[in-house]
Amino acid sequence: MNLVPNIFAPVSGHARALYTYSMLVLGITGAIFVVVASLLAYAVVRFRERPGDERVEPPQIYGSDQVEIAWTVIPVLIVIVLALVTTRTIHAVQDAPKPPGAIEVTAIGRQWWWELRYPDLGIVTANELHIPVSDPRNPTPTYLTLLSADVAHSFWVPRLAGKTDLIPNRVNHTWMDPEQPGLYLGQCSEYCGTQHAKMLLRVYVHTREDFAKWVATQKEAPVAEPKAAAGRHVFETTACLNCHAVQGTVGNGRFGPDLTHLMSRETLASGAALNTPENLRTWIRAPERLKPGSLMPAMQLEDRELDDLVAYLVTLR
Amino acid sequence: MTSDSLTLGGAGAADARDGTFLETLHDWVVTVDHKRLGLLYIVYGIVFLAVGGLEATIMRVQLAAANLHVVSPQVFNRMMTMHGTTMVFLVGVPILFGFGNYLVPLMVGARDMAFPRLNALGFWLTAFGGFLLYFSFLGGDGLYGAGSAPDVGWFAYAPLTSTAFSKGHSTDYWTLAILLGGFGTIGTAINIITTVLCLRCPGMTLGKMPLAVWMFFTMSAMTLVVMTPLSAAQIMLCIDRYLGGHFFDTQAGGSAVIWQHFFWMFGHPEVYVLIIPGFAFASEIIPVFSRKAIFGYPAMVAATTGIGFLSMGVWAHHMFTVGMSSHANTFFALITMAVGIPTGIKIFNWLGTMWGGKIRFATPMMFCLGFLFQFLIAGLTGIMLAAVPFDWQLSDSYFVVAHFHYVLLGGLLMTIFAAMYYWFPKATGKMLSQTLGRWHFWLFVIGFHLTFDTMHIPGILGMPRRIYTYEADRGWDVFNLICTVGVAFQALAIVLFLWNVVRSLLWGKDAGNDPWDAWTLEWAVSSPPPHYNFALLPVVRSRRPLWDFKHPEDPDWLYE
Repeated sequence: MNLVPNIFAPVSGHARALYTYSMLVLGITGAIFVVVASLLAYAVVRFRERPGDERVEPPQIYGSDQVEIAWTVIPVLIVIVLALVTTRTIHAVQDAPKPPGAIEVTAIGRQWWWELRYPDLGIVTANELHIPVSDPRNPTPTYLTLLSADVAHSFWVPRLAGKTDLIPNRVNHTWMDPEQPGLYLGQCSEYCGTQHAKMLLRVYVHTREDFAKWVATQKEAPVAEPKAAAGRHVFETTACLNCHAVQGTVGNGRFGPDLTHLMSRETLASGAALNTPENLRTWIRAPERLKPGSLMPAMQLEDRELDDLVAYLVTLR
Repeated sequence: MTSDSLTLGGAGAADARDGTFLETLHDWVVTVDHKRLGLLYIVYGIVFLAVGGLEATIMRVQLAAANLHVVSPQVFNRMMTMHGTTMVFLVGVPILFGFGNYLVPLMVGARDMAFPRLNALGFWLTAFGGFLLYFSFLGGDGLYGAGSAPDVGWFAYAPLTSTAFSKGHSTDYWTLAILLGGFGTIGTAINIITTVLCLRCPGMTLGKMPLAVWMFFTMSAMTLVVMTPLSAAQIMLCIDRYLGGHFFDTQAGGSAVIWQHFFWMFGHPEVYVLIIPGFAFASEIIPVFSRKAIFGYPAMVAATTGIGFLSMGVWAHHMFTVGMSSHANTFFALITMAVGIPTGIKIFNWLGTMWGGKIRFATPMMFCLGFLFQFLIAGLTGIMLAAVPFDWQLSDSYFVVAHFHYVLLGGLLMTIFAAMYYWFPKATGKMLSQTLGRWHFWLFVIGFHLTFDTMHIPGILGMPRRIYTYEADRGWDVFNLICTVGVAFQALAIVLFLWNVVRSLLWGKDAGNDPWDAWTLEWAVSSPPPHYNFALLPVVRSRRPLWDFKHPEDPDWLYE
């Protein structure tokens, strides 16, 4: 699967509007480039000093009002055309009205991961956003409210939507109306500190049926498996629960990602590693190895406790 | 009033005193001579150019392939912050003020700047600002243990700079260094403005000043305006960090966006503060090597001041993604696109100057031609970034990094090299080697295009700026590798240039007063000029006094 987040391969109405407009701008600027670069090349070749020229100065020309007016008016006209198209596209994308079937998501930027909340569906997850395809005849776009819990971040999934920043003490919005199911990659694009580079974002676009299934599994309360009771005890009696929440336990921390359905996610540490039991173990024991500078502390557990804890966490599906 | 008054070299041209090393050093440290201060600024800028280049190289090596571990994320972020801060505040501004210092009094026919002591103060404040910033490597004591440089990025967005997220003193070094250097910059700007307004030689009306003087004047006026919000923002940040203020403290109701407004109110005009002196160099060099007067002098002056005014109203085009209203976004897009009009006029006038001329491909002209081509591209990618919906994709991506390096290397640095080759003979009395100059030019141009043409592509493919590493599945690897390879060419070019300088100082051939057959007043005095510049104050009647002197049968003042 081609995962390159190419801005020129849009798969949503939002990204396509930006793409169409960008092609127009590229066309105009490309034409200007060809004309001016040709004039420059011509001047350099045609008016180079030739042998024997050294003694005589060329005729001195100080300027020409007609020529100045011509090369002022033409750029003015180009700017006017660009301005009109720009105004229309800004309005169309930024002020797009929210249709009744829209999915609401609140994305909260944190050093260095994404908290994702679906207020209408009662789902809380992290780093991997699941949304449905939006059919233009019966649109179900996703409308995002963007917040930040610490410093400035920026939400960017190039194939689905342009950037919008997540800024503390400010509420921003963006939207996406994906056309095809698939996995689309993005990442934080405003420098936010040490691990800005590993604040990755994955957007899974599902068909409507698949999205309904995903919602159903996320809403299920986790089943307490007896063989994982020892690990659950570790979770509930160590510092884990200061930062992490698991539904049905005493853990309700908000500083780190909600772990209720941890194993439904493909990656750990905001995309820094695949979500395998081995990586999970490393992540708890020595987070520095996967994501140096991360705010997840090394948990200093005994090997036995670590094994139990990992065994418990892998039951959180 | 006769043109004889232009033989101004002065009998006692050689005022270089033989002294011990300590005496010479002392002379340079206590000097208030605008030429020496100009050279000090330029040498200081070149030293930091090497330092900033080294920081860039470290970053490029780290980014040569996906998930490398050449340096830690912490070190990378410091390199990124220091590279940006160094190149803007310790390289760009000092080198350009150095040229302004050196050239403006000579070009307007004055014996020194209006306030020589203020001039010295300005240089030393700037210098100590730089040293203070770099002392942070020893005394920063940031979040990651004793001794670290700032790591908040060169525009240091709030609230990453608050005490909650930036512990220790690294951010304070950054703030205070910029504040200190900023005062020096303001002093020098006042000095240039006063010199231009009050010290022009007899006959030199504003409309007869060399274009370069107009441009240094505009650049200084802009500097005065824009250093104010920057200094204010730094003081507010200090108050937040040490006196319990809440200007940018979002957790206590402060605003992160206000910092961005203050910073870019400085930051965007700053780009024009940097590039307008580049225009100044091009506007002097292109006519001389095309053997024609500048085409459309009044239009060039109007375009320069027009850019100066318009540039004050474009700052929020750095903020199209922060969630401003669609009306505000539209306004800033339109003003930004409007800047393209005077900029276009300039490019056309330079082309008009070359048109019908006899172009000599001396090294300064080579760099100016490179500048014209590269600056054209930089301007057009600028239009793309001003186009808000396009910018929503490109903002904060590697496309932006490519764009502003196109402006600052492809545009500004090329004209600085042109200016170095053009005025080096005047400042030292020795010619730089043309052969080494060719090598310098071609190696630099090849390296520049390898690195920065390629760098646009990962931006289009979704690569954000300021990341210390990236994933292997994004398709960015090969482009980043090419970018890194280009650095080697550029570094080699700079080494050749420095060698050219040393070689020419020691064994270069003598330049004479006027090696380029040029037309402005600095070429009427000896090389290097005497301490007092002009034994007799010159009297001018046109924009090209030396043309009038060399062509008494057909002087410019008949036509202007």
